[in-house]
Amino acid sequence: MCKKVSEETIEYVGILAKLELSEAEKETAREDMEKMLDYIDTLNELDTSGIEPMSHVFPVNNVFREDVVTNGDSKEEILANAPKRKNDSFEVPKTIV
Amino acid sequence: MDILSLTALELGKMIKERELTAEEAARAALERAKAAELEIHSYVTLDEEGAMRQAAEVQKQIETGNLTGPLAGVPVAVKDNLCIEGQLTTCSSRILSDFKPVYTAEAVMNLQKAGAVIIGKTNMDEFAMGSTTETSFYGPTKNPHNPAHVPGGSSGGSCAAVAAQECWYALGSDTGGSIRQPSSFCGVVGLKPTYGTVSRYGLIAYGSSLDQIGPVAKDVSDCAAVMEAIASHDPKDSTSVKRKDYDFCSALVNDVKGLKIGIPADYMGEGLDKEVKDAVLKAADVLKERGAVVETFDLSLVQYAIPAYYVIASAEASSNLERFDGVKYGYRTPDYDGLHNMYKKTRSEGFGAEVKRRIMLGSFVLSSGYYDAYYLKALRTKALIKQAFDRAFEKYDVILGPAAPTTAPELGKSLSDPLKMYLGDIYTVAVNLAGLPGMSVPVGKDSRGLPIGMQLIGSCFQEKTLLRTAYAYECATEKIYETAAVIGKAV
Amino acid sequence: MAKQYETVIGLEVHVELATKTKIFCGCSTEFGGAPNTHTCPVCTGMPGSLPVLNKQVVEYAMAIGLAANCEITKICKFDRKNYFYPDNPQNYQISQLYLPIARNGYIEIESSTGRKKVRIHEMHMEEDAGKLVHDEWDDTSLVDYNRSGVPLVEIVSEPDMRSAEDVISYLEKLRMMIQYLGASDCKLQEGSMRADVNLSVREAGSEELGTRTEMKNLNSFKAIARAIEAERERQIELLEAGKPVIQETRRWDDNKEHSYAMRSKEDAKDYRYFPEPDLVPIVISDVWIADIKARQPELRSEKLERYKKEFDIPQYDAEIITESKKMADIFEAAASVCGKPKKVSNWLMVETLRLLKENSMEPEDIRFSPENLAKLVNLTEAGTINSSVAKEVFEKIFAENIDPETYVEKNGLKTINDEGALKTVIDKVVKDNPKSVEDYKSGKEKAIGYLVGQSMKAMKGKADPGLVNKMLREILA
Repeated sequence: MCKKVSEETIEYVGILAKLELSEAEKETAREDMEKMLDYIDTLNELDTSGIEPMSHVFPVNNVFREDVVTNGDSKEEILANAPKRKNDSFEVPKTIV
Repeated sequence: MDILSLTALELGKMIKERELTAEEAARAALERAKAAELEIHSYVTLDEEGAMRQAAEVQKQIETGNLTGPLAGVPVAVKDNLCIEGQLTTCSSRILSDFKPVYTAEAVMNLQKAGAVIIGKTNMDEFAMGSTTETSFYGPTKNPHNPAHVPGGSSGGSCAAVAAQECWYALGSDTGGSIRQPSSFCGVVGLKPTYGTVSRYGLIAYGSSLDQIGPVAKDVSDCAAVMEAIASHDPKDSTSVKRKDYDFCSALVNDVKGLKIGIPADYMGEGLDKEVKDAVLKAADVLKERGAVVETFDLSLVQYAIPAYYVIASAEASSNLERFDGVKYGYRTPDYDGLHNMYKKTRSEGFGAEVKRRIMLGSFVLSSGYYDAYYLKALRTKALIKQAFDRAFEKYDVILGPAAPTTAPELGKSLSDPLKMYLGDIYTVAVNLAGLPGMSVPVGKDSRGLPIGMQLIGSCFQEKTLLRTAYAYECATEKIYETAAVIGKAV
Repeated sequence: MAKQYETVIGLEVHVELATKTKIFCGCSTEFGGAPNTHTCPVCTGMPGSLPVLNKQVVEYAMAIGLAANCEITKICKFDRKNYFYPDNPQNYQISQLYLPIARNGYIEIESSTGRKKVRIHEMHMEEDAGKLVHDEWDDTSLVDYNRSGVPLVEIVSEPDMRSAEDVISYLEKLRMMIQYLGASDCKLQEGSMRADVNLSVREAGSEELGTRTEMKNLNSFKAIARAIEAERERQIELLEAGKPVIQETRRWDDNKEHSYAMRSKEDAKDYRYFPEPDLVPIVISDVWIADIKARQPELRSEKLERYKKEFDIPQYDAEIITESKKMADIFEAAASVCGKPKKVSNWLMVETLRLLKENSMEPEDIRFSPENLAKLVNLTEAGTINSSVAKEVFEKIFAENIDPETYVEKNGLKTINDEGALKTVIDKVVKDNPKSVEDYKSGKEKAIGYLVGQSMKAMKGKADPGLVNKMLREILA
């Protein structure tokens, strides 16, 4: 019951995840993912009909903060780790062509 | 006197009673670490200068009477996925190789308030993804009990540091067993608290719905004391729970009479190493002798926890790790052509193989057309697993079993077959899915001298029951399995 | 005969909420500010930081949802929308997909084809992105996260609009409603209200929807109208030429009056939404809803009726003034201070609207205080200044919010009512203009106007023209 993960799928997921894999890595990734998905498919043995998907384990809800300004100017700290910085902003390759 | 062999509470007491200073303690830890590191490599960063500075400050505060807690002046090591302001915090990844956070994690702040002296940041599997500490960009940590073996992971550095007496206790984080499994492999006591008990603010996320910070300690009393220091309700973490019972030390009572303990039959079956099984069953017998009622039962669904866990954890990780892109902090590839090329090269060069594997899997299970079949299916399985635990805790106070199917594997033997490595998490991941507290306590050693841990699982918010059980076991066995590792010539 | 086409339009409207702080952190939402000065670990996506929801965001969203006749989702949750872009520091946006806060509402609009309902599909809360500034010379862009994390609601309509007129009417209605709720100032230019237009065309009479495009970057009602017209024509041309319309996002360039496709192979549009694990569900009780309803500020229709009663102004005035919440607020405050509502209303309806139009401003851009307008009304009514001086002073108030009392005093603009001084001036005017005097005396009534004008000119405008007129007639009698 091998699930065929295609090369296109690996290519596509690479675009989504912003990962550039070498040809060898792609093949390993494809094999690994196939194996994992086969294993994950064992979940299909379980009848989960009528079961609500559970994202939070505990019924904690309505956690809010009040609308009060608590932060001042911490520009220097925020920019301190920037790989490239210019005019007190984070510098990136041009986003529009 | 060998102060290294003291527990954290014993050391804290001596400092409090002015028999020792915080500086002397810090210096002893640093000396020991400097020697042990040559062989063990528990630390990514050993902060000699900072540790001495903190120790001097803490000593002053102790002398003026401002710091009176049981851990004041005791040196601690912190896993390198916990942010400390101004201190290198790498997650053992290349992508954060130069990252110095601008704020400190809440759990670490709580330790600082208790007078802890942080001597360094410990090695881990990259972004906590792994079970051996071999996926670290900075090289593996070795098991102090036998350096040819791994310490487990992902909090392998924290557990090895405690086992090798390079600090008196440490903080780890546990997403699928990352405190309990290496604690078991290193012969130390580790606790993963109920989800929401320790603030995640400042913990660099792997799987946000599963991550919890917890103590790695030399014994059960230290473990309780550290829990008392780090647990708090934090308004900065929306999933933080307000509890009334932060007095974990009050659970240190040597009494398990009438305590109902269930051993899941599915935890003792196929795949479990014989020596581990024997040691765990022997530990259960000790508790039985002390008056606990021990039964075997059918927990069910055990085999589905790993696939559900890897879907959920990878999906969350794929999203949590998107922020590492070379824009705001961390590594950026030196040569690139345009924005998307910069992203791809930065991330491909910055992340290691295991992290990339999980990001790919996580991105895939969330992608269009697969979300229902994989992600929602996993969340439904999680609901069923939670129900199975709920049913079990109607009958039992504590679930007892092994923390891992084997003792620590040899270095270099695990990463080649990821799926096989994932299967090693079989006894721990379900606890994270259900948000429950889980604890690993040393119960023996195998024929090669590698430690074996017993896992105790409690119902939600029942850390005290676990601590009481572990404490009673420890009293009965007089800590024979909690001895420190002997390392090379350093001792 | 050429085919007839029908345009089908749905809107996605983003509105920035008027909270003091961002949606998930305590940073200020204040507009402007030097780059990255309103930022913290949370809104810049620092590792380990966690979001905590601003309660006011939920309450504003509930108020808007209720006013738009929506059902409020009793258990609503946030989801992560994953996509890489530098203005989005975490590379995911915290938004709502599966359980948005409000659904199934409608807004009633009026256009030349009559009244109709535009249905609201859903409304959700989300965080805004940062700002990108592009360097013209360098191949770089600069990221400023001051806007990152500013709270937004996105209101998604059904494809119920058929023309630019419908769209403008819908947007104006929505804007007025939200401004009245105090939930946003809804300024298109500053981007606190933004509309994306989903448009398709189909043959008239057809029930099936055509392929739609999404148009972005529409910064004014005019741009929206122009973009709709252009896109309608573009799609019809394609269909007439037998070419398919491609489902895509297009960016409108208002200067070129042209749109172009925003496409990239790196842009997979697969957002991998999943429940945000760092935030807990919001459970909205009936009590909370009732409380929001009870605290809901007066709506326009209520205000209009009250103004007619309380301030005794005509229907027409009340309609114009209540068209904008800002205008209504100024009216009410100024009228209460000076006690002369009709006079205040006149200033707003004539001079204020004229100046707004001349300066291409919206009522929300008004900067003068109601107190200064009230003072001006009092000065005029007391005869301290005459009406032409008053207009001049009002322009100063409008532009710089000056205090009219001080200004009149300082610049010596008070009307001169000293009859002795006036008589000297008028006598001179009579003496210098014998022709006009003669014309008047021979029955040419118009000539008096010229003489009044000359006298006012000699007085540098600071006389009461009525008084001058009266005195002239006496002198020439």
